[in-house]
Amino acid sequence: MSKGLKLFSLVMVLAFALSIAGCQKTPAAPSSSKPVTIHIITMDQAAMSTAEMDAIAREFEAKNPGILVNMEYVGYDYLHDKIVTGLSANPPAYDAVMVDVVWPDEFIKAGYLEDVTSRITPEMKDGIFPAAFNGITRNGKIYGMPWLMDTKYFYYNTDILSKAGFTNPPATWEELISMAKTIKEKGLAEFPIVWSWAQKEAVICDFTALLYGNGGTFLDSAGKPAFNNDKGVQVLTWMKQTLDDGLTNPASTTYVENDVYTNFLAGKAAFALNWQFMYIDGQFDSSKSQVTGKVALAPIPVYEAGAAAGIKGSSVDGSSAFALVAASPNKDATWKFLTYLSSEEVQMKYSAKQLPIWKAAYEGKALEDLKAATQAGPFTVPAFLAQFPYANERPTVPYYNEASVALQLAIQEALTGTKSPKDALDAAAAKWVELAGK
Amino acid sequence: MHRKKILNKILLFLISIPVLLFIYLPILWLFFSSLSNPVELLSIPPHWIPQNPTFQNYIDIFFPNLAASAVPKTFAASMLNSLKVSISVTAVSLVLGGLAAYALARIHFKGKNTVLLGILGTRMIPEISLVIPLFLLASSLKQINTPQVLIVTYLSFALPFAIWMLTTFFQTIPIELEEAARLDGCNRIQTLIKVILPVSAPGLITTGLFVFMLAWDEFFYALIFTSTLAAKTVPVAISEFVGRYVVNITGMMAGGILAALPPVLMALIFQRYIVRGLTAGSVKG
Amino acid sequence: MNTSQALPRKKRLTLRQQDARTAWLLIIPSLLVILGVTLQPIISTFILSFFDAPTGINQIRTFIGLENYINLLKDATFWQTVGRTLYFTIVSVGLELLIGLGIAQLIQSKPPLWQFLRFSLIIPWAVPTVVNAAMWRWIYNPDFGALNGLLSSLGLIQTYQTWLAKPFLAMNLVILADAWHTIPFVALILQAAMSTISEDLDEAAAVDGASAFQRFFKIRLPLLRPAILVALVIRTVEAFRVFDVVYIITQGGPAFGTMTISYLTYLNSFAYGKQGVGAALSFMISIITVILAIIYIRFLYRPEENQ
Repeated sequence: MSKGLKLFSLVMVLAFALSIAGCQKTPAAPSSSKPVTIHIITMDQAAMSTAEMDAIAREFEAKNPGILVNMEYVGYDYLHDKIVTGLSANPPAYDAVMVDVVWPDEFIKAGYLEDVTSRITPEMKDGIFPAAFNGITRNGKIYGMPWLMDTKYFYYNTDILSKAGFTNPPATWEELISMAKTIKEKGLAEFPIVWSWAQKEAVICDFTALLYGNGGTFLDSAGKPAFNNDKGVQVLTWMKQTLDDGLTNPASTTYVENDVYTNFLAGKAAFALNWQFMYIDGQFDSSKSQVTGKVALAPIPVYEAGAAAGIKGSSVDGSSAFALVAASPNKDATWKFLTYLSSEEVQMKYSAKQLPIWKAAYEGKALEDLKAATQAGPFTVPAFLAQFPYANERPTVPYYNEASVALQLAIQEALTGTKSPKDALDAAAAKWVELAGK
Repeated sequence: MHRKKILNKILLFLISIPVLLFIYLPILWLFFSSLSNPVELLSIPPHWIPQNPTFQNYIDIFFPNLAASAVPKTFAASMLNSLKVSISVTAVSLVLGGLAAYALARIHFKGKNTVLLGILGTRMIPEISLVIPLFLLASSLKQINTPQVLIVTYLSFALPFAIWMLTTFFQTIPIELEEAARLDGCNRIQTLIKVILPVSAPGLITTGLFVFMLAWDEFFYALIFTSTLAAKTVPVAISEFVGRYVVNITGMMAGGILAALPPVLMALIFQRYIVRGLTAGSVKG
Repeated sequence: MNTSQALPRKKRLTLRQQDARTAWLLIIPSLLVILGVTLQPIISTFILSFFDAPTGINQIRTFIGLENYINLLKDATFWQTVGRTLYFTIVSVGLELLIGLGIAQLIQSKPPLWQFLRFSLIIPWAVPTVVNAAMWRWIYNPDFGALNGLLSSLGLIQTYQTWLAKPFLAMNLVILADAWHTIPFVALILQAAMSTISEDLDEAAAVDGASAFQRFFKIRLPLLRPAILVALVIRTVEAFRVFDVVYIITQGGPAFGTMTISYLTYLNSFAYGKQGVGAALSFMISIITVILAIIYIRFLYRPEENQ
């Protein structure tokens, strides 16, 4: 036999052996009692880890014989695509899906989500923060179980600020600019401010906090785009100005939250906007952070004009919920699991990584326990209570993804100087009108 | 004359240096990043060689039970899945593609050019637009999250590639060999097995390696069609080092080094054949 | 050219028929697999391109004829995207071909360590696209990346640059990342083809007094034409559909500077829920690729050389 033939058959045998080996593993489920398997898709996130989620699923299985939970985790960037594809099949690939705060309208329009208003008990309705329901409620109907409340916070480096002679964080963006100028002049940071302004959803989150802090809004009361009015243009012009003045790190236009995290944790920036996850690593974990003990949280500033108009705070809502899939054949079992995931008991047990959605956790002795649960608790819990009431929603429209890309493009065009802020925002607004008309 | 030759060699060697740098600098950076701890990784200017190298990322991947985060735990399983899928795709592509390529290279029949162009034509539709219909098809056959679905869908692009490569390769095998066999009374199939295959090892191995890399590299189908340990492949596992807000850069770089190893090792083992395969003129046209 | 020519006429016909039957028998398994997987999705995508087809299980699909196509043709963004993708294709394939040819010629001249050089070529190609893209994204990182570190330690830049902040520069850097991964493939194919060119021809020309340049352009290049054609067609088809590397490095940014047509297709089909538009876009991609392939074949394909 020739060498070629030998090699060839070797490859074949190997392939065959491997595929057989694979087949033996898969059908391992017991078939006698006919348990129901429910499929849940969620993301590998910064708050509760996948290991903890798995542990919750196993606890649930132990308490509910007959229901098996199959958790699937994907990166956030791919979650939307996996959901859209998985739910277009019949039967759907998942019984429940994690829904980011900007997806419900699209998913509801597509018929993916079950109206669960009647499944929400009075205890849930009264016990959970009303704001936690906002992200998953449309036209009075509730489409999922709230799971996580997050918002962006203002971070500052106490070391840089005190070296520059400041004791307090800025209350307004104008104040921030003058502080940043001092910091830059004193050579304490080459670029004092860092943002997540890449052409992704991240830039919309920062823009939301800025826009509403100037008294602006995405849509007017009639539902027409309003972000291109004076207030919006002022904000975008201001953003561009901070770049031109060298106060904003020019790399911000390519940054997402993770890049802000690395930049701030390397001690390069005095100020940053980010979600809560940055605090624990930045303040306490010296294997990741060069600024441990120097990280502080404050409410996100507003513009002087906004403050004058009575705006007390402005951030962006980054909450998420678990939604029941309308076409799921196992709705009851799945709902049971979703309510378990969000139950007071589970949320309190895992509160070290993720703040609970239950009001009772923030009252009396429970509040003290919650603060004491982690090193970060004494700082993050009050910061959450101070910031979350001002978390603004991004537009709740079914064409949100495309609208968001149009606005991302406009902001980037203005920041890279290819268009004036006014022209760029007008073009995006025209696109939104076109999308709404369809 | 002799001196000129030596000068010439030196000159050529000098030219190869930038080529080698272009190849190896990014790879070395990838490798050293994978050995850095997260704080050292963020040094300015970068530490080209980590002062405190750590093998933690590799340890996490090879001893998944000790790993702190979930991604490295599943990495080894994804490696196995990728091997399984890529080897199967390669084997089937070589057998089926080899048969078809022989016919296309050696037998004159009506519609031959149409077949060749038609096969190339299926490569001109972007995969992205086929993902959703393929997903629905696979889902109705209950094949989501199985290695089989990846093997079959990968074949749809691996086979055309294998057929094109092998057809040009078979055309370079001297026809006389075959004629002798046919005069001895062998039919086409016998000729293929007894005459063509034995001299084709280099071509088959070269093509096999190219096909293996195609399958090993594929990302988007794998992302959409799989998400559990039963079938998730290496590119998908690597993409998971990117969390919602946090990217595990050093882990990702370690995964990247490991993901590149099987194809490189294979190329190293089969290098002798590849060289012969390519020189025998797989692309002589 | 075929044994059958030596045989009597009548028998030759039946042999031909027999041959044809054998040929189809050999081809059909492959065709079944390829068409079995792709035929239904291709047809359903084609049909979808004539519909307004929002994503969703309760959505009604309306037949709108050529409207998806017409809207695209009228859309400035679409044409800018096509232009950008053509730029990507031409520059990256051009680079690959030029540098690939250079490297192939270098190996062919057998400098010291040429075997090591040839082996090294496999490495960039063995790095999976996903890893390659992530690696280059990290190299381009404005604060901690190798590019800034290297250039500033060589004194070529004074301050750190944000490489991916300028739309056109970002496009060229994405091309560089892609080329690093694909140049070796082209170089290997061309080197293989070069090594089949008889040395005698070259030497004969040298004796006749032809310079190295003349020999390269007059003798080698024409003989390499078929190999160049194969490399060109394969790489152009791939490059025009570029997706993964854009998806991971820039997501089409900054300011749409790296928005390629495949990425636009992806956005429409997945993010925007406009599957009809996505389908129309993907057929536009196929049409343009076919046109490019025809252009190459017109210019480079000489059937007589095949015999």
